[in-house]
Amino acid sequence: MTLAVTNLTIARGGLPVLADVSFVLETGQALILRGPNGVGKTTLLRTIAGLQPSLHGTVSGAQDQIAYAAHSDGLKAKLSVTENLTFWAEVFGQSDISHALKAFELENLSDRLAGTLSAGQKRRLGLARLLVTGRPIWVLDEPTVSLDTASVAMFAAAVEAHLKSGGMALIATHIDLGIEQASVLDVTPFIARNDVAMGSSNEAFL
Amino acid sequence: MNALLIRDIRLAVRAGGGFGLGLAFFLIVIVMVPFAVGADTGLLSKTAPGVLWIGALLACLLSLDRLLALDFEDGTLDLLATAPLPLEAALSVKALAHWITTGLPLVIAAPVLGVLMNLPTQGYGWLVLSLLLGTPALSVIGTFGAALTVGIKRGGLLLSLLVLPLYVPTLIFGAEAARRGAAGADVSTPMLLLAGISAATIALMPFASAAVLKVNLR
Repeated sequence: MTLAVTNLTIARGGLPVLADVSFVLETGQALILRGPNGVGKTTLLRTIAGLQPSLHGTVSGAQDQIAYAAHSDGLKAKLSVTENLTFWAEVFGQSDISHALKAFELENLSDRLAGTLSAGQKRRLGLARLLVTGRPIWVLDEPTVSLDTASVAMFAAAVEAHLKSGGMALIATHIDLGIEQASVLDVTPFIARNDVAMGSSNEAFL
Repeated sequence: MNALLIRDIRLAVRAGGGFGLGLAFFLIVIVMVPFAVGADTGLLSKTAPGVLWIGALLACLLSLDRLLALDFEDGTLDLLATAPLPLEAALSVKALAHWITTGLPLVIAAPVLGVLMNLPTQGYGWLVLSLLLGTPALSVIGTFGAALTVGIKRGGLLLSLLVLPLYVPTLIFGAEAARRGAAGADVSTPMLLLAGISAATIALMPFASAAVLKVNLR
């Protein structure tokens, strides 16, 4: 299985931010996206996840394969850890959540309401959600925000296990995760020139 | 789909979920009307179907604000949009959950409040039937309005302005059916039109809601 991004030009608020981004991700590989704040990493990930249209170019192999995790985890404060995870597992047609609780050491918190968790614990729960989706391609936007060193190692181990079992991961992050199979792509060279010809018209905005 | 329905209902009945908000508003309005209008039983029973319908409609409108806004803020909508469940289905389920937690309690409370409004005896069955047929349309149209205004902070005013005109046909035929029922006249024409509006909105609105939500999620 392959995720292929070809000549992708993406826009935020109607203005192109990155142009002609191309890369190929094969089974068992991870790609770390780097670049300064505001360069368009989040927009690139959202485009690949199908949440917004691209201006030019294609993304192939992503249809119904992606588990997306962004800055907000989609957790409900008034539901317990187990209820939150079970909900997402059922939405993705899965039923077993025990491996996800174990991978992110959430067993002891399973009956707590998500609203009473600390920021780092919430983040771990948000990442545990990836494991219950059963999707092969993880698209992660700064997954390590508010995680401590031990939790980052836990997360890196989860990603490595996912890659070993035939998954892929596309991660935008500023820190070194220490994942062996990962290659790094700096998106800075792809910054788009903002002229009208690039498609910064009202049409693109709509 | 069941998971989403169960989750939405569970969230609604837990603390801060907003279950009962619409119902409480409906109770307050209908209890206050006889005080404001006066104890003229003839006038009350004449206006009862219309007032009960307006009360139910506004109660429904009141709860639309949180239908999608909370899920948008915590990122659930982004994740649902990448889930295998089509967005049209997800929004239909959310509209159904809204109806169960808001519309259905209004339908059940309406006959009790009809007593306060001195609703004629033969009108109760028709009132309940008209609300039962009409409130699902209010929920699906409301979901469309919520999807349209989802990215806007404090979008409640805009949501009300957008949704109210769309509610007017449902109100006209719903209240007319209830009024004719209370007056002992033939209800079949407004009742059939009301059922038609509900059927059409339930069938078509989720597609419109999903389309505007996709634009708003960009």
